Amino acid sequence: MADPNLTEGTVLTLALAYLAVASALLSALVALATDRYPVVFKITSFVLLGAAGISAVAAGVMNLLSGKIHTAQLGLGLPWLAWHLRLDPLSGFFMAVTGIVVLAVAFYGPAYVRQYQHGPQPLSVLGFFTGLFVAGMLLVLMADDAFLFLVAWELMSLSSYFLVTYQHQYASNRRAGYLYLLMAEISALLILLAFGVLAQFSHSFAFHAMRHAQVPPFWATTAFVLAFLGFGLKAGLIPFHAWLPEAHPVAPSHISALMSGLMLKIAVYGLIRFSYGLLAHIRWEWGLVLLLMGTASALWGVLYALMQHDLKRLLAYHSVENIGIIFMGLGLSMIFIGTGHPVLGVLGLIAALYHTLNHALFKSLLFLGSGAILMRTHEGDLEHMGGLIRRMPQTAFLFLIGCLSISALPPFNGFVSEWLTFQSALQVSVLSNAVLRAIIPVTAALLALTGALAATCFVKVYGVAFLGRARTRRIRHAREVHWSMRLAMGTLALLCLLFGVLPTVTIRVLGSVTKLLLHRGLPSASVHGWLWLTPVSAGVASYSAPLVVFGLLLALGIGYVLLHPRMSSGAIRRVSAWDCGFGALSTRMQYTATAFSMPIRRIFNPVWLVDESTTVHMDPREPLRVASVEYQLHIGDRFWPMLYEPVSRWVLSAARYVSRIQTGRVRTYLAYSFVTLLVLLWLIR
Amino acid sequence: MAHPLIAWALALLQTLLFIASAPLLAGWIKCVRCVLQNRASPSVLQPYRDLGKLFRKKVVLAEEASWLFRSTPYIVLGTMILAAAVIPLVTVRLPTDAIADVIVLVGFLALGRFFLALAGLDIGTSFGGMGSSREMMVASLAEPAMLMAVFTLSMTASSTNLSTAMHYLLQSGLVLRPAFVFTAAGLMMVAIAETGRLPVDNPATHLELTMIHEGMILEYSGRHLALMEWASEIKLMIYAVLIADIFLPWGIATRFTAWALVMGVVAIGAKLALLVVLLAVIESGLAKMRLFRVPEFLNLAFLLCLLGLLSHIILEVGI
Amino acid sequence: MVAVGLYTQAIRMLAALVLFTSFALLAQTRMAALIRLFAWQGALLAVTTALVALVTHQPRLYLSALLTLGLKALLIPWFLNRLVIRLELQHETEDLRGNAMVLLGAAALTVFSYYVVMPIVELSTLVTRNVIAVSLAIVLLGMLLIIVRRKAVTQVVGFMCMENGLFFAAVVSTYGMPMVVELGVAFDVLVASILFGVFFLHLRDSIDSLDVDRLNRLREADE
Repeated sequence: MADPNLTEGTVLTLALAYLAVASALLSALVALATDRYPVVFKITSFVLLGAAGISAVAAGVMNLLSGKIHTAQLGLGLPWLAWHLRLDPLSGFFMAVTGIVVLAVAFYGPAYVRQYQHGPQPLSVLGFFTGLFVAGMLLVLMADDAFLFLVAWELMSLSSYFLVTYQHQYASNRRAGYLYLLMAEISALLILLAFGVLAQFSHSFAFHAMRHAQVPPFWATTAFVLAFLGFGLKAGLIPFHAWLPEAHPVAPSHISALMSGLMLKIAVYGLIRFSYGLLAHIRWEWGLVLLLMGTASALWGVLYALMQHDLKRLLAYHSVENIGIIFMGLGLSMIFIGTGHPVLGVLGLIAALYHTLNHALFKSLLFLGSGAILMRTHEGDLEHMGGLIRRMPQTAFLFLIGCLSISALPPFNGFVSEWLTFQSALQVSVLSNAVLRAIIPVTAALLALTGALAATCFVKVYGVAFLGRARTRRIRHAREVHWSMRLAMGTLALLCLLFGVLPTVTIRVLGSVTKLLLHRGLPSASVHGWLWLTPVSAGVASYSAPLVVFGLLLALGIGYVLLHPRMSSGAIRRVSAWDCGFGALSTRMQYTATAFSMPIRRIFNPVWLVDESTTVHMDPREPLRVASVEYQLHIGDRFWPMLYEPVSRWVLSAARYVSRIQTGRVRTYLAYSFVTLLVLLWLIR
Repeated sequence: MAHPLIAWALALLQTLLFIASAPLLAGWIKCVRCVLQNRASPSVLQPYRDLGKLFRKKVVLAEEASWLFRSTPYIVLGTMILAAAVIPLVTVRLPTDAIADVIVLVGFLALGRFFLALAGLDIGTSFGGMGSSREMMVASLAEPAMLMAVFTLSMTASSTNLSTAMHYLLQSGLVLRPAFVFTAAGLMMVAIAETGRLPVDNPATHLELTMIHEGMILEYSGRHLALMEWASEIKLMIYAVLIADIFLPWGIATRFTAWALVMGVVAIGAKLALLVVLLAVIESGLAKMRLFRVPEFLNLAFLLCLLGLLSHIILEVGI
Repeated sequence: MVAVGLYTQAIRMLAALVLFTSFALLAQTRMAALIRLFAWQGALLAVTTALVALVTHQPRLYLSALLTLGLKALLIPWFLNRLVIRLELQHETEDLRGNAMVLLGAAALTVFSYYVVMPIVELSTLVTRNVIAVSLAIVLLGMLLIIVRRKAVTQVVGFMCMENGLFFAAVVSTYGMPMVVELGVAFDVLVASILFGVFFLHLRDSIDSLDVDRLNRLREADE
């Protein structure tokens, strides 16, 4: 199915995409080859990874700007099914997102992996699977038939499994890896089934055949449910999120950034591709399911994140939250499309895509930042940190930008996408269904709750880790990280600000994705010029991020000039903090992460499995004097006893039941073979 | 429509008026409370004198304070000024109104609060942490209620733009809206919680176990403290003007004539004075709540806003 | 929005307030305040009925309004109050754990009742048609009150609340029931409240509490 009008642009874009995949694969191979020479490995492997990132960004952006569809066929794979490749604006958008994060990781990597150089595992394994992982993700985006899609999907899942278990000397890592592999395989199975349902009507595994297949509504819904479960599992949607907070924290931090920042987005891509691209008629009921599940994920994710004090685990729970927000946007979009309001459907889809981009940026930034802390202090627990703003000032500044972005504060990028989600939720008046009109604003209010709780959580993270005074010796002696790592974080932080300040430009570019999927863009958003973002119309809502930044800088500047005295009376005297007259403040008197989130824990108590105990030890010599107080707190995930443990018990008992056929006697096995033979003979009669 | 330059100049003037009169509002509320409690009241201008005094004083800073601690007062004041700039005070249809709608306004307030809470944690004393933790708890429960109220407004006026929504309300005349009764009550409660008034927080206390806002700014002094105080006065004014704008929009200027503008100033002055009397009555009649009663209070606010939304959907959407 | 008359607006406003009293009943824990709220609900109901009478020119409804006022805003609350004082329950409170969820559930029930009556509303031409959903919601909330509370007095209030909702529904959907029926129901409610009073006294004498959960002791299986 070679494109008849093969233009120069097609060749170039496809060539860039091939180049991206090839450099990623090459980076994997080089890593294997340079096993003995870590210095060579660090340079070549990561340079090739960076090349993959740059070419992916170039291919993606070119595709987004041109809005064209490029297809090709490669004579690989099964003899009767060549690999169908396709680059359209949707895959272009995700490819660009992938490229940005991969590029940042390639900058970050060489200095970061130095700590593994003398570890028990060879670096080459890390490099090999990183390359394969990136190549797998890029191939998923380019796949235009179910076969290649699933092959690439498995490549992505399996290679990331090896990355999760890279430090397999720890039992917790092995356990996390096993759980991850299990969930990834279930997800792949469900996706396979979803494609199978479609293939039954299209009589082909190629996507272009599926697009034109006539699927009856029942089967379309079945396929959608299967795909939703499959991709939702991989995206970490509630209640399938259990693997995510286990697997993401144990991988090396730059891998966590790739997994949390990108791999989850590939699952979002899969769902968008499947429901918008392959299923012709979107029903509003699907959207409602997505909206409700998304809201639940967002709220649940942030509430669990609040209770964590392991930084990377906390960030992983925030991924659950943000995936929920993305799904809310998708759900709103589907509801509007299904009820015949395609323009608003475009708005919801753009909100979801924008949040996808934003989450990739700030989540990678935060994971890279936590990696920087981990590398310098070997400390992942917030309760042991403190005062890092003085030891690692630049990392602290960049991390702050990540915190502001993820907390959806203006003028950073997270705010824009949440604002767009709100705007699309507020257009419910056009719906005729009364229940939807009532439910959607309530979910929007829950989104507001999520945003506020996320801000609380990141005040906690930043306040406890970077502010205050150092709680342990290792923190007190932390040093700033290598400039290449700061450069990687700085790039991401700058992009967080840029995408927050220039939403109109971004939305205009995203228009080519919605033109592909829904045959229309969102011209109303930028009709008043690049300065004004007006998603529906200027009368309904407007936001001017550049003017907000300008106003803020103006207010700050004037305030500083007017109020900052230059005379001696303005000199600042430094003294020690007020200690209520009890003697010097110790670092243990500071508010801890657990203490900070205690009010929230008390309010939303039924959400968690809280196991809290206080033991008072009396002084044996003086019976009335308290010697020490021991406080223990354990927060468990409610979904383990509610869902996972019953399922695993059920599976185990089923296995035990089935295992009865394993008697160990040879004659029994012969009897099985005999019966099988008889059945087969009867069947082929 | 007037010349754009005049409009921008008016917007600038309005913002200046807004931030300059915020301490006056704080002084007025203190006066009314004193009268209600049979005490001799300080002058209405007392907050200005306090600010002036603080600006002249030297800054004493804790040794641990980082750059974040020192820049927070400027950032907090900046966000409040920005928020003040986008709220119609005297007249609607100013160019600044379009910069941000109500949701962005909530975002500004959240941005200021984020830095304020961080500053509370910067020194590493328990009071700061306590204040930050509580402030964020109150805020995370108040924000959904506030947005719910905003949704009701914006669904009624089909706009989240404050100026446009007010214009719509002015044009539709006097309509009894059950949704607005509930929303107004809910928003009042949110405002009380967010601005740290009784019964949620006591603005006059320095008692360790009860303070929220004061706990966070305990380590500030001199001009930094002045900026913080001023910012919190502006915040109070923002909520008061917001409530006055949404529920009593009458009197605000819709054209840029001198007469209309003067009337607008008089109208908003009168509305604010009345609102503050109401607030002072509420404050004088209530005792400070336990911290863990505050979630119940905010739950009620959320419920009221939710009822407002539901009654809008059920009773007001024309069938 | 469709322009509607001031009276209709007032009716909607009152309906919303009646709904609010139902929510407040769910949130209130103290007996005395609960009864006072119930009285307010009756009074609001009476005013609404009178307004409907004014708008629709149905003088019959004035009588119902008067009856409602006398019975539900004055007589029954007075009687309940006296009972509470006699049983020394004025300061009794109920433990309300997870009440936020109950209130959110109540909001969901309101949406549900709107969903249920949508088809009726679309057919109806009455000026009060928007309020039908509210009346159904009041019935459902009364039932919810009975389910989630343990104290017998609260349950009686919940029962009366349901009756209020039914009466409200009758007023707004058909402009009131026939007078005979209405008088009969009013009499029934009055008798019921007296019977409840007698029941309370016996209940307290026999199980020494007004907590209806204790009634499960009467189950034979436990003996």
